Amino acid sequence: MSTIIKATAVAVAAGLGLVTLSACGGSDSGKNSADPADSKTVTLVSHDSWAVSKNVLKDFEKRSGYKVTVLKDGDAGEAVNKAILSKDNPQGDVLFGVDNTLLSRALDNGLFQPYEAKGLDRVGAEYQLDKGKHRVTPIDTGNICVNYDKKYFADHKLTPPASFDDLAKPAYKNLLVTENVSTSSPGLGFLLGSAAQYGDHGNGWQGYWKKLKANGVKVVDGWEQAYNEEFSGSAGGRKAGGDRPLVVSYASSPPAEAIYSDPQPKTAPTGVATGTCFRQTEFAGLLSNAKNEKGGKALLDFLIAKEFQQDMPLNMFVDPVTKDAALPADYAKYDVKVDAPKTMAPKKIADNRDAWVKSWTSLVLK
Amino acid sequence: MAVPVAFFAVFFAYPVAAIVSRGLKAGGHWQFGRIADVLGQSDIRHVLWFTTWQAFASTVLTLLIALPGAYVFARFEFRGKQVLRAAVTVPFVLPTVVVGTAFLALVGRGGLLDGLWGVRLDTTVWAILLAHVFFNYAVVVRTVGGLWSQLDPRQEEAARMLGASRWAAWRKVTLPALGPAVAAAALMVFLFTFTSFGVVQILGGPTFSTLEVEIYRQTAQIFDLSTAAVLTIVQFAAVGIILAVHAWSVRRRESALRLVDAAHTARRPRGAGQWALLAGVVATVAVLILLPLGVLIQRSFEGSDGFGFAYYKALTSSDSGVFLVPPIEAIGNSLTYALAATAIAVVIGGLAAAALTLPHSRLRSSGGTPMAGRLVRGFDALLMLPLGVSAVTVGFGFLITLDRPPLDLRGTWILVPLAQALVGVPFVVRTMLPVLRAVDGRLREAAAVLGASPLRAWREVDLPMVRRALLIAAGFAFAVSLGEFGATVFIARPDRPTLPVAVARLLGRAGDLNYGQAMALSTILMVVCAVSLLLLERIRTDRTTGEF
Repeated sequence: MSTIIKATAVAVAAGLGLVTLSACGGSDSGKNSADPADSKTVTLVSHDSWAVSKNVLKDFEKRSGYKVTVLKDGDAGEAVNKAILSKDNPQGDVLFGVDNTLLSRALDNGLFQPYEAKGLDRVGAEYQLDKGKHRVTPIDTGNICVNYDKKYFADHKLTPPASFDDLAKPAYKNLLVTENVSTSSPGLGFLLGSAAQYGDHGNGWQGYWKKLKANGVKVVDGWEQAYNEEFSGSAGGRKAGGDRPLVVSYASSPPAEAIYSDPQPKTAPTGVATGTCFRQTEFAGLLSNAKNEKGGKALLDFLIAKEFQQDMPLNMFVDPVTKDAALPADYAKYDVKVDAPKTMAPKKIADNRDAWVKSWTSLVLK
Repeated sequence: MAVPVAFFAVFFAYPVAAIVSRGLKAGGHWQFGRIADVLGQSDIRHVLWFTTWQAFASTVLTLLIALPGAYVFARFEFRGKQVLRAAVTVPFVLPTVVVGTAFLALVGRGGLLDGLWGVRLDTTVWAILLAHVFFNYAVVVRTVGGLWSQLDPRQEEAARMLGASRWAAWRKVTLPALGPAVAAAALMVFLFTFTSFGVVQILGGPTFSTLEVEIYRQTAQIFDLSTAAVLTIVQFAAVGIILAVHAWSVRRRESALRLVDAAHTARRPRGAGQWALLAGVVATVAVLILLPLGVLIQRSFEGSDGFGFAYYKALTSSDSGVFLVPPIEAIGNSLTYALAATAIAVVIGGLAAAALTLPHSRLRSSGGTPMAGRLVRGFDALLMLPLGVSAVTVGFGFLITLDRPPLDLRGTWILVPLAQALVGVPFVVRTMLPVLRAVDGRLREAAAVLGASPLRAWREVDLPMVRRALLIAAGFAFAVSLGEFGATVFIARPDRPTLPVAVARLLGRAGDLNYGQAMALSTILMVVCAVSLLLLERIRTDRTTGEF
């Protein structure tokens, strides 16, 4: 074969391969929001925990005329990172699930375009962390707190701990299990809560964690393991023989624990140490290069509308951010009120997170 | 050669290069200084150290445990051999999530060992090492055992007739012949354990991290793309070295050995010693491989209200909210994806293997340049690279490169089979290559002289000889695609999860029912893999062992 014929054959073969492949792609793209002609579809990118009642979503689709496609894209951090990487040609129109610990990363990378959602005035001021610019809209909130096993403390005639200080006391030695801060968001929240409590200079939170370590805190990789295997108060933990009566989880875990019991108990089997809470707020925003801007805006309006806000608690076990949303009766019955959770500005979190995680790792794990 | 090269350029080199350069370029300039920065950090050096020593320890342990197995499978004839050989290969193609889960069920909290003796090995390095043996047992049995069964035992006997002791005969005759195969197997095990991800993540707890796990952490969680890029380059270099040594040892293995049909070398064990050896190997396989799989199956039937199919029934409902579809649909998705991936892998791998064979014969007849030979060998090693490159790197690379025409594939289903085919191709090439090289070029020439057209010559000469190898290659590609997890989890769409992805998602949720469903799905995946491997055992002849 002469070189020219060979080269032609190569080009033809390669071309054929690509054409076949893109043909395969083309046949499927009718369902894909990437098709600009298809403005009847609006795509929501979210993390794995996204959940909504079917009839609530159907309601929105009927009223607005849009069909909603949901793309669950890994855990919260992964979903945000993927969205940042594919910013120029996003996989959807709206991203839900950026929390206050990730907010600065998303905003600094220009992930969102401004849109002031209808009804934003009903959202509590304490949740509006991008006030004035409206690149993100607060959707839900919750608290990361230490949970305790009521039965254990009753059996041992011991008062459950109430504050960060308590956890380092000898009475609670070897009782607490928490999560690795570099792989778990409740783990990170608990670290940030301690940093908000004790400060980040000198002996601040690091001194506190030295005491916690000396007091026998146990660290596991993820929330599932901590809550469902090590914690003695959860249904899973009891079954697995968990022997730690204190766990870092959410303020909404007791309602979840009670509602998913059969029969439902009068009070939840677990409680919350309300002095150990760190507030987490989740946001949604219109992606910078969204194909369906109009649909995306309608979707954001829907996410803070009363119907969706009232539907959230029993689906994702988070609290509404709008003032007029009522909690579902089941949820309200077991809900624990947290009065003054610790908070931290997203900018401060962004500036310090990596360094703190690093020094926490060498302090606690090594 | 053009098609496979184009395929690898577009679906491997380009995405990986794009994500690495994204991490290492700031304002249009390469930041090579980052490499020294990153490598200077003590925790990164710690990761490198752990990655290397655990891979080394895993390899040694695997060889120690699996070499007797290789001998038994090669030299002994016994009932149930085929089934047992398929069984030891099942773990190799199971996704790491399932392996990790099986081991947790055995050595974790509330596991079998915990229940019996209160022994818990999770979050210790022992769990990781044992899981690695479990995983790679088949690599040694197949690579070493395959060759061992074809060595002529009469050579060793001849040496003994000439007065050598049994040990001396083995050392002087068999060992040198086996050496390169052992080296090749060891290097493959080293490669797989060096890049270990799921096992270390699930069993290692927060304290152990391999390079691959660290790349995932830096990319997906910390979002430090430049550190991830540096680590990717480091891993790339390490894998390149491993593969270069591997290619060299494979070449040595191809040096003339007098091989015989394996059917004549295996016989029933004789004497107490040989029976004891056989029993020992069977016991090892039972404890190390069948037991974890058994625990998995048992848990899939053990519902909250007794033994039964409750978890399997739950698979058909989408109420749990974990997916948009009932988990059972994952089976159909997995099969479709794996079939498509197999088709791609067989075409690309087959062409690559053919391309790798042709220049060889031409080299010999026309005395081509040594340069061309080196080029071909380089390409050969290059085809193996996807086995050693972080799946998350490939996944992220796909995400940012295959998103615009003419390659706007991101929203389509073909993306998953493409990623899976990347891992399947090396297996196809390695299976086809030895067989293709064994086809005597003179047969083709003879056919041509007798007036056959090239097509007819191919059909009458090549096809019958490679047909079986092709089937085996396809079967392997299928099983590997079925189990691929790392890249799939990244790009599979939530409405179309594959089996391994579904298992991982279910394990990530609280609650009995989710755990039980994960066990049930793992069991189904295991059965599908086992059945395809058993079919392979039936069409396998000992002329077509290839390298896996």
